[in-house]
Amino acid sequence: MNRRAKMALSEQEKRKLEEIAENTRKDIVSITEWAGGAHIGGALSMVEILVILYHHYLDIDPSDPEKPDRDRFILSKGHGGVGFASVLARKGYFDFDLLKTFNQFKSAFGMHLDASKVKGVDVSTGSLGHGLSMGVGLALGARLRKESWKIYCLLGDGECNEGSIWEAAMSASHFKVTNMITIVDRNRLMMDGGTEEIMGLEPFADKWKAFGFIVRNVDGHSFKELAEAIDFAHNQNEAPVVIIANTIKGRGVDYMEDEVKWHYGSMNSTLSEQARKSIETMSR
Amino acid sequence: MSEVTGTTWTVYDANSMTQAEIYGHVLCELGDQHPDIVGLSADLSKSSKIGLFGDKFPERFFNVGIAEQNLFGIAAGLAKAGFTPFVSTMAAFVSMRACEQVRTDICYQNLNCKIIATHGGISFGTAGSTHNAQEDIAIMRSFPNMTVIVPADGIETANAVRACIDYPGPVYIRVGRGFEPTWYKSEDYGFKIGEAVTISDGTDITLICAGVTVLQAAEAAKALVREDLSVRVLNIHTIKPIDEAAIMKAVVDTRRIITIEEHTVIGGLGSAVADVIASSGKGCAFEKLGLQDEFSLVGYPEDLYAHYKLDTNGIIDKVREVMGRDFEEDEDWEDEV
Repeated sequence: MNRRAKMALSEQEKRKLEEIAENTRKDIVSITEWAGGAHIGGALSMVEILVILYHHYLDIDPSDPEKPDRDRFILSKGHGGVGFASVLARKGYFDFDLLKTFNQFKSAFGMHLDASKVKGVDVSTGSLGHGLSMGVGLALGARLRKESWKIYCLLGDGECNEGSIWEAAMSASHFKVTNMITIVDRNRLMMDGGTEEIMGLEPFADKWKAFGFIVRNVDGHSFKELAEAIDFAHNQNEAPVVIIANTIKGRGVDYMEDEVKWHYGSMNSTLSEQARKSIETMSR
Repeated sequence: MSEVTGTTWTVYDANSMTQAEIYGHVLCELGDQHPDIVGLSADLSKSSKIGLFGDKFPERFFNVGIAEQNLFGIAAGLAKAGFTPFVSTMAAFVSMRACEQVRTDICYQNLNCKIIATHGGISFGTAGSTHNAQEDIAIMRSFPNMTVIVPADGIETANAVRACIDYPGPVYIRVGRGFEPTWYKSEDYGFKIGEAVTISDGTDITLICAGVTVLQAAEAAKALVREDLSVRVLNIHTIKPIDEAAIMKAVVDTRRIITIEEHTVIGGLGSAVADVIASSGKGCAFEKLGLQDEFSLVGYPEDLYAHYKLDTNGIIDKVREVMGRDFEEDEDWEDEV
């Protein structure tokens, strides 16, 4: 049976995902508060991507995190740890309350989640530019074993300044690893400013095409568009697919949206209360 | 005093296998027994001889082109998928171009990648400093979870490759260009990762060596018998985890140590030995032969080894120098021992 046959998103499924996304955003605010600070902007921009993968696509089993034929997810933009941690906890990989120890001495949870310490994390990342190569390796491995599990690799857009990303991209298309689906969280901001101001990526889609990828440009906050793009990717056999998910850094918290300074920030009770109110009234 | 020429360097006999070829054949053998082994190269499969594995198992071999960071990232991914990747490229590029991938993708995640780093030291002397790996041992031994081996010759390389299959975690095996003469006559001398091999016993002074310097030191020891010197030669093929017991036995038994490495004297074998001696609290005469914090000249390795005193003559000179020193008899020595 093709386990991906019924992937088109129903209205009911969409609403369920939106509810999970709202709770994920609230979790991110809480965890950032517990952690004393986090890369909150980039965690908020990737919420829909993570939620649709973990609640609609990934063939995984939280009670069996090491099962050999599971789908793999690589958060190449590893600094999104607070967002990733929320999704994994709520999915049942570990107790959510453990996140109250985030960043504390000897905690399993730090800025960049460690695969050896956190159940559900397939690959340890943090230093930008590493995830896509490891994804290619996993994809080649799956193919060698003739297994059908998929690899999803989420990159940051600023991360695409790294040459190692393009080495990986070149090899992904050369080796035709169509079992790996690459997603870029294109929130257009990085730490020192906008991506185009610091080190221009445009024409971004053209670069990926030149490297042999099929490109899908979507609204990264639309579950419908993400689903269509991922379904499309599942059916490609000639070239790997990259989904450029156009997002808003800090999405959901009005005072953070599209703000460079919220690349990394900390919460206090006033800010977090404001943030939660904003999340609740976030337009869909 | 007549000059001892020791063993001269010659282009390897075409009938014999070079160091790199031996390991290539061993890997092919192991590939039959271990379906989890895969091979990777960065456009150097011919000179690194991992191409032999690639010819035999084309579906299990991946050439990523001139992209060493990607090479090691992909190796990490394959290890995560349950394979045992053997990754080969030049030592300079393993240790510097892909340094972070080796450390952060492979060592930090403690993955089962086995690295065959070729053209170590100044063995590719005509290529100059851009291709020399004279700091790779220092770099690799500083990574947690990494095992570092510098085999003496092709035979020891074969032993190291076989041994690392069942040795968990990342392993760095540093070999030369492939034309180095063999020291060992057979593989059955009891090779074990982490255990130094006593090439010859002695009581006056110890030569601690690894890689190409093993043969040179062995020849030096033989020649020095004529000068009534009893020279111990220790092949410390495993720089990490280092055989502390063998080192301390040499310190106590001979009280004079010279380390010889095809590497800078900063951070490599010599420094690793010095760490052990210093921590022990015991004193001894100690000298390091190697590149003295300098980039190498251009030349064929035989000329370079002579120039940098890594060959038999250079070692003999150093032994004479150390033996000729006023050796301060420490009255408390017997108590320490």
